[in-house]
Amino acid sequence: MSSLRQIAFYGKGGIGKSTTSQNTLAALAEMGHRILIVGCDPKADSTRLILHAKAQDTILSLAANAGSVEDLEIEEVMKVGYRDIRCVESGGPEPGVGCAGRGVITSINFLEENGAYEDIDYVSYDVLGDVVCGGFAMPIRENKAQEIYIVMSGEMMAMYAANNISKGILKYANSGGVRLGGLVCNERQTDKELELAEALAKKLGTTLIYFVPRDNIVQHAELRRMTVLEYAPESQQATHYRNLAVKIHANQGNGIIPTPITMDELEDMLMEHGIMKAVDESQIGKTAAELQAIA
Amino acid sequence: MSVSPTLSVAEIKDRNKALIEEVLKVYPEKTAKRRAKHLNVHQEGKPDCGVKSNIKSIPGVMTIRGCAYAGSKGVVWGPIKDMIHISHGPVGCGQYSWAARRNYYIGTTGIDTFVTMQFTSDFQEKDIVFGGDKKLAKIMDEIQELFPLNNGITVQSECPIGLIGDDIEAVSKAKSKEYDGKTIVPVRCEGFRGVSQSLGHHIANDAIRDWVFDKIAPDAAPRFEPTPYDVAIIGDYNIGGDAWSSRILLEEMGLRVIAQWSGDGSLAELEATPKAKLNVLHCYRSMNYISRHMEEKYGIPWCEYNFFGPSKIAESLRKIASYFDDKIKEGAEQVIAKYQPLMDAVIAKYRPRLEGKTVMLFVGGLRPRHVIGAYEDLGMEVVGTGYEFGHNDDYQRTAQHYVKDGTLIYDDVTGYEFEKFVEKIQPDLVGSGIKEKYVFQKMGVPFRQMHSWDYSGPYHGYDGFAIFARDMDMAINSPVWKMTKAPWKTEELPLLQAAE
Repeated sequence: MSSLRQIAFYGKGGIGKSTTSQNTLAALAEMGHRILIVGCDPKADSTRLILHAKAQDTILSLAANAGSVEDLEIEEVMKVGYRDIRCVESGGPEPGVGCAGRGVITSINFLEENGAYEDIDYVSYDVLGDVVCGGFAMPIRENKAQEIYIVMSGEMMAMYAANNISKGILKYANSGGVRLGGLVCNERQTDKELELAEALAKKLGTTLIYFVPRDNIVQHAELRRMTVLEYAPESQQATHYRNLAVKIHANQGNGIIPTPITMDELEDMLMEHGIMKAVDESQIGKTAAELQAIA
Repeated sequence: MSVSPTLSVAEIKDRNKALIEEVLKVYPEKTAKRRAKHLNVHQEGKPDCGVKSNIKSIPGVMTIRGCAYAGSKGVVWGPIKDMIHISHGPVGCGQYSWAARRNYYIGTTGIDTFVTMQFTSDFQEKDIVFGGDKKLAKIMDEIQELFPLNNGITVQSECPIGLIGDDIEAVSKAKSKEYDGKTIVPVRCEGFRGVSQSLGHHIANDAIRDWVFDKIAPDAAPRFEPTPYDVAIIGDYNIGGDAWSSRILLEEMGLRVIAQWSGDGSLAELEATPKAKLNVLHCYRSMNYISRHMEEKYGIPWCEYNFFGPSKIAESLRKIASYFDDKIKEGAEQVIAKYQPLMDAVIAKYRPRLEGKTVMLFVGGLRPRHVIGAYEDLGMEVVGTGYEFGHNDDYQRTAQHYVKDGTLIYDDVTGYEFEKFVEKIQPDLVGSGIKEKYVFQKMGVPFRQMHSWDYSGPYHGYDGFAIFARDMDMAINSPVWKMTKAPWKTEELPLLQAAE
């Protein structure tokens, strides 16, 4: 068996990271790989499709109840779901209090110290939308995730987030050896989506490894807290996830150090593809009424 | 022993300038450039000491400074005896600052006073992740239950509180309401704020303004009968009883001390102070902020004074008396006259033993300048001084009123610089803190801790001067210094005769 592959899915909030990652990991499990999912989002919804559960008890909530994280056993925090995929959720505080970033660090340290990474082929980290602080960069630091897959779409903010995440990867690329595995476009049916995704991938120095088309069957499966792989294994969408899984596996842990671009370059790119119109500098900061007065 | 006590001022200046050059040579270029601005030789007639101050210390050097938490909890708030001060955050900050400043007080510890006790929220990992607000509220409840005679609570923030954004103000307000308007003061003195403990003093002063003064109803009747002679002692932390040996002098001259800030002080005294007729300010650095505020808001004048050594004490008593009527002015003269025989006796005994001895100082607050007069009363000379966390107004006061031409000035001195300076100048005494003490004693230089008075004191006031003189003599003239040389290094070996 090949050595442990540590991968992570990053992307803008709401882009479909958790859905894409769980479906892809389910496909990898189908291929016979042993998988561990580490949810690093305080919402704790990274494993619900695998476990058919609303939300798993998190490491941090269990630790808070028990007194401290040292009082926990690995069995208490790890649940086993579809095709023996092992699941843990880091969890975190309710919004507005405490430090969720520190929570991620605490949880990952706990998992490592307690041997959660033994006898598995893939660890997958599912991380909060933006790398807002050092804690959420934990999964891409030394000895953690080696390949990052950025889930994005043709929306401006999703591409903006993808570029920002690339900056984070660049920062840790030299010290920790983390690499960008590629972009995964989760179709939003925006204009020229595929073209834009490929252009961004090129700018970042990577490739669009897969374009996942939009299909309502994903929502049907989600309502039943299942992956498409489990809910409708014969469906075309399941095949798409299988294809993505094959691509990721075939990547064999390789990746590149991304070349993030500036905000201006990103806007230029959107203009090139006709998504954004060039704005007359003299109009910046003017209200509609003011513009009318000028005209 | 001074290397050459007979040097002229010009020669001393040249030596000191050369010494600064020599010290700066070991630094990398950029560091040398930055440190050069903090070192100088005082030129008579200049309005300040010609050094930059209150600037971030350079990474990699050993600085003697503390942090904002130290300034608030350790200096300003800690000595308020009838309030409980929670060190909010992980255990270390509270543990290692526990009862370290010898702020003496009267009361029954654990019943109605709490200065030498340590209260901490002892943050664990889960408090960082989930926030410490609930724990803080619980601690306040426990304090109410276990120490019902406490008159108030302060929350002294350690670094993580500011990082995780805990809402200590909301908790304080809610608990204050729950406990019938009890004074609960959240203090945002996270250690990473500012460049030294100095910002902590300022933050703590502001907290008194916002959470004590501003909570007093403007039309509330004073809780005491005011007199025209009411003064408050501001900026005396009662180290070894300093404020007590100061207070008696003010009382003897006819004034009434209505508050001590903050050594042996209480919440009621803080609340009474806006009714004072004059604020007398000893430690300008740590409490000028609240003094200025009271001047602006309540029209209370403030007056800096110096109670180290008879010359400065007499000067200060007259200065304070000048704010009052003839009765007080006469009182001041009577106090000066009363203690003159005691001072004469002290000086007669110790001056012959200390005459001409040189001192180098490095301390905080007011002491780098204030103690100079006391040494001079004993015939001693301060040849080098510097502030841990002073600002330019401290160096102005130092230049205009205290140091002699040619004095070596070192702001935020580094461990290396201080050692080198002392090694080359070889003063008869170094006055600094516990971290410096053993370094210099091992160099064979007598030393006194000038933060804690080396577990002695008081040093303020006439009574304090007698103790100060004795302690300096004890340090400098201790017979131990004659024994520091190994016998085999001084005795010549007899010539061996070859066997015949």
